[in-house]
Order: sequence, then C-alpha cells, then structure tokens
Amino acid sequence: MNEEEIYARLAKIFEDVFDEESIKITPEMTAKDVDGWDSLTHIRLMLSVEKAFRIKFTASEIGKLENVGDLVKLIKARI
Amino acid sequence: MKSLYSELGWLPRVPQEFSSRLKALPSADGPVGDQIQALASYALDLNQLTKLAKAIGKARGEDRSLAPLTPFRLAVLSNSTIDFIVPALVASAARHGIALEVIQPSYDQVAQEALTPDSKVNSSKPDAVLFAIDYRALPLRLTLGDGDAAAAGVQGAIGYLQALRDGVKAGSNAVCMFQTFAPPVESLFGSLDRALPGTLRNLIEGINRVLAEFVIDSGDVLVDVAALAETVGLADWHNTSLWNLGKFSFSDEFLPLYGDHVARTVAAIRGKSRKVLILDLDNTVWGGVIGDDGLEGIQIAQGDARGEAHLAVQRMALELRQRGIVLAVSSKNADEVAREPFEKHSEMLLKLDHIAVFQANWNDKATNIRAIAEELSLGLDAMVFLDDNPVERGLVRKLLPQVAVPELPEDAAWYARTLAAAGYFEAIAFANEDLKRAGFYQDNAKRASLQKQVGGVDAYLASLDMTITFQPFDATGRARIVQLINKSNQYNLTTRRYTDPEVAEAENDPEVFTLQVRLADIFGDNGMISVVICRPGESGVWEIDTWLMSCRVLGRKVEHMVLGAMLEHARAAGVHTLAGTYRPTDRNKLVVDHYGRLGFTKVSEAESGLTRWEMQVEGAEPESAPMNVVSQGFTPAKERVPA
Repeated sequence: MNEEEIYARLAKIFEDVFDEESIKITPEMTAKDVDGWDSLTHIRLMLSVEKAFRIKFTASEIGKLENVGDLVKLIKARI
Repeated sequence: MKSLYSELGWLPRVPQEFSSRLKALPSADGPVGDQIQALASYALDLNQLTKLAKAIGKARGEDRSLAPLTPFRLAVLSNSTIDFIVPALVASAARHGIALEVIQPSYDQVAQEALTPDSKVNSSKPDAVLFAIDYRALPLRLTLGDGDAAAAGVQGAIGYLQALRDGVKAGSNAVCMFQTFAPPVESLFGSLDRALPGTLRNLIEGINRVLAEFVIDSGDVLVDVAALAETVGLADWHNTSLWNLGKFSFSDEFLPLYGDHVARTVAAIRGKSRKVLILDLDNTVWGGVIGDDGLEGIQIAQGDARGEAHLAVQRMALELRQRGIVLAVSSKNADEVAREPFEKHSEMLLKLDHIAVFQANWNDKATNIRAIAEELSLGLDAMVFLDDNPVERGLVRKLLPQVAVPELPEDAAWYARTLAAAGYFEAIAFANEDLKRAGFYQDNAKRASLQKQVGGVDAYLASLDMTITFQPFDATGRARIVQLINKSNQYNLTTRRYTDPEVAEAENDPEVFTLQVRLADIFGDNGMISVVICRPGESGVWEIDTWLMSCRVLGRKVEHMVLGAMLEHARAAGVHTLAGTYRPTDRNKLVVDHYGRLGFTKVSEAESGLTRWEMQVEGAEPESAPMNVVSQGFTPAKERVPA
C-alpha cells in the first residue's frame, strides 16, 4: 500500500470517527486543527486505525504522534 | 466463532446508506423513534454507535419526540472510563425499543455517588443504577491458602456492594443492576488458582456466586458480564494496553456486545423481551424439503451431522417453550405435508402439541406471522422469526419491522447458538407462571373449540367451572405482579410501569389498595391474570392507578368480578367513589370503553384521548359471572388506617 492509498483510507476513518464528511487530511494536520479531537476521540481514532489496517500500536507510539504525517509513517512501517 | 459475538452476527450488516439516513433524521417530520430504532437494528461498530447516540442526543436536545421508544433513565457508576460505553448503551437501547438517557457522574465516584443522598446520581431519580465496576474496584487482597480469610474477603466485597445498593435504595429507590466480575487472565499458580482459597480467581468466583444469590433474592437485576467475557474469551476481553492507556475496563472490540447486553436487560425490565418463537420448517427445523424429499428424505437423525444441527434447533425451541416462550410454525407447504414429520417421524423432538399456532400454506410469511400474532393476541414486537432463507428474512424485515429476524450463517450447525446469542428472550426474573405459559396459549385454542361446541357464551363460561382468587399484593406474588405490570400492553388501562421496589412500596402502604387475581378452570390453573392498584385520591375517593388483565382470559367476565371485589373493599374502607382513567397508547385500544362497559360514567375527555370515569360505590351492582370466589389475605377494614 503506498502513501496515497493510506491517506485515502485514513480519510474514511477520520470521516467515521469525527462524524464529519468534509474533513481533508494533510500530513501537517494536528489535533488542534479538528473540532472534537480530544484525548478520548484520539484513542477512538487509534483503535479505528488499528482495526482498519489490522495493526497494533503501543501506548508510547500513540503518545508520540505529532501530526497525521507521523501516523502515516507509523502505519507504513507496520503494514 | 468469537465474531458471532464481537460482530453481533445475528443482526443485518450495516448498509451503505447508513450515514445518509442518519444525516436525514433532523429533517424528518414528527416522532423519529421508529427511524432511530431501524438504524439501531444493524450490527453497528463503536463509531457507528457513537454517531447514532449523538443523533439521538441531538433529537432529544431539540425536544423531538422519540416515540414510540420507551424512556428510561440509567445512571452508570464505574471505576473505569465509560465514555465509550455510554454512546454504545444509548444506541443499543434504541435497538431494543428504549429511549435511554444516561446519567454519568464524574470518573471513579462509585461510593460517593451511591452513598450520598443528594449526589448527582441519587438526586436525578434514575429508573435504574448500573454498577459497571470490574474486579479492580473491589476491596480484595490475596489470602493464599487461608479459607477463613478468603471467605471473609468474599463477604467484605459483597458487603461493599450491599452498602452501595442500600445507598441507592435510600437515595433514589432505583432498580440496582449489578455486573458479575470477569476474572483476570493472569494466573498465579496455574490450575491451583481455582482450588486454592484466597487466590484472585478463587475470590472472584466466590463473589460472583454470592452476588448472584443476593441479586435474585433482593429483586435487583444481574448483568452477567463474567459469562459474557468467558463466552468471547478472557484473553481477548481484558486488554491491558487499553487499561493502561485510559482505564478502559475491557477491550473496545466488545463494546457493541456489552452495549447490547445491558440494553436487552433494560428492555427486559420494561417488559420488552420477546414472547414467541416462529419457526420455519424446511432447512430450519429439519434438513431438506419435506415436499420434495419426503418423510424418509429429510435429515433429522442422531448421528448425522446435518440432522444433529437441526435437532439442536428443536432442542433449543423445546427448552425455550419450557421456560414459557410460545412456539409457532410458519412454513410454505401444504398443511398435511408439513404436519407429517411431526406426526410420523420418530426422530422429531418437536411434536404438534408443542406448537400453539401452525401456519403451513402458500401465503407470504408476513401474512402468516400477522395471523399468528392475531391468534395469540400478542403484538408483532413479541415475535421472533427463525428462517434459513435470506429472502424470507428480508421480506419479513421489510414488511414487519417490529418482528425480530436473526441472520443465520450458512452452516446449520450454528443456528441454535446464533438464536441464543441474540438474547431475544432475556428475562430478569422467573415466575412459576412462566413454566406454564406456553401451555396456556394452547389451552386457549382448546377453550375456543369448546366454545363452539356448547354454543352460548354463558353456558360455556359455566361449563368452565372457574375459581377466581383475590389477594392483596404480597412478597410471593411480587415477581409475577412486576412482570404483568411491565408486560401487559393491550388490556391495560393506564400502562404505568413499576419496578420491583415500587410494587413493594405499594404492597406495604396501608393507604394503597392492591389486588392480585388468579383464575383456575377445568383445563388447569391460569395463574395470576389481573392486577389492580387503587391509591387514595380526594377524601373518600379511590383513584384506580393501575388495572390490567392478561388477554388469555378475555371474554370470561373476569373484569366484572374484579370490579365486584373492588367495590366490596371500597365499601368496607368507607370509600364512596371509584375514579378511573383510560390512558391511550398505540396498543390498548381494546380497553377504550372498559369503564363504560362496566357502568362507570365518563366525566371528562382530553384531546389526547385520555378519559376519566367515575362510579358511585353506593348501590353499584356489577354483573357477575358463574365462578367460585375465594378471597384471602386481606386485613379486615376496621384495622386499616382510614382513608
């Protein structure tokens, strides 16, 4: 799966988690940029990503993510 | 097969248009309850449950009616993070016909909330309090090998739970819902953990056992989370990573399952569990097609894998019947062909005697299911329809959305388990009447045929040799009283639902007049069939708060006899007027003229259809019916506190 495909799939997950169809995700995007991206929603997002890509993150990995670009790198390294 | 549970395998998969239908909700006209329930009836995952719960919250915030969903206020007390649980509960409750409002106090405030009379939970007067706590919340320490200390440890934990219960009872008198505790996976010794007193496994097992006994004795409600966790596997249930990350007490994978289990229990408290199992025959009750394969060709034998799968369906149906679930058949077949295996096949466990209504014809199944509901005088929302054929399932779901239709896997070996996993017949208590109920409905068919033979109704009633028994509420009858109050929809004047503690309160209040009525006849004991609660109104007036009757005894003039008993006790208590109310619902049209028929005078009628009626006690002479009357357990009037 290349980066483009990962972004496409992530976009669907963001839509689902934030209940918002118009979300456009970019590598620089952070939690501050999205309404409702609090610590609980962050965990729900991570769980949804784990399920969709059939991968597992550790707690420290989840804590270290700075932006969406980091998340994509992490996914890429796992799949 | 864990996926059957984690993915709610009995529910249809979520359709593509789920999101757009959800988005269209706010612009719909009128009440949105039906649409919300339809959306909830798919196998929703955590994100979808969260979205639906948000939409429900929004509709409520805008004061939209959630009818016909039944409102229920549930407080959740927990030692863990329940922010994912709450939306799962709200959305799953809609699946079971409940408009759930969750009261969620701050994190980890279990004891404070339960024990403080004016806490957030107690002052919000919830219908029920769910103690969603796991073993980490219990005051437990290892007492390895010390039996006495282990027993004391179990008692200590139970004492803690009892104290919480007493706090809630004193503070808000809500129903208490206790969860059993899923034992942790990590063993200390290994197999010895189960045997040795004072290990964690040993202690938790003890606590679960004592808790279950205490709950069944107290009229509280049990949610067997330990069984749920064991069913899907403790190793998957406990997710240490999630606990460390945010104090989530079990894996997110099972949030939809947990939500559905709590929701079906709440629905059971409100009397919404289903009552009838309608079976398809070909490839459901037996393997093969009787019309094509013939008596020798269908697969139903022991020792044949396919046959055993279908026998398991039959066995489950029989066991359900034993606990009071009514069985019916809907099959596309010629009637005599469909009956043949029941009559002649030696391996069949199900016999014609077990089937209350047998519909084998070439009508569509929706028409047949409607006929079955009518014949049993039960609503479509009491029905479960089991059919291997996805086309038939789809048709019934589309035409009769109130009927529960489980999805079934390809392999018949999993049919019985799938039906059980769906939990349609969840019960919170078991009354002796339940053992006999399935038979009642069949006896009614016999009574109806006798009625045809003897001709006149009065002659028929006399030939039944009926005995009616009046008693005030008591502890022995309470479980059945609560059940009737929460289940009766049709012959129910006010449809007021009361919990066990509320009924106990009425039972103990000398100002409140209560009646439990039983009826026996030549076919047997019908058990408790009517319940009345009169509360003191203005001076010398009894307000008939509740009057309901089981539809099994319709047309027997039981209501006339009940009125007679009420008048007699009213007179003795110095009451001069009985005041009755008819509160219309979409199910109780049957009794719109109940008071009129009994000779009450209508005093007012509201636009909603609510009517008020009165009867002067003095000189009232209700029609009586040919039956023996037994009256027992009443305090003589002169000892009663005057109204």
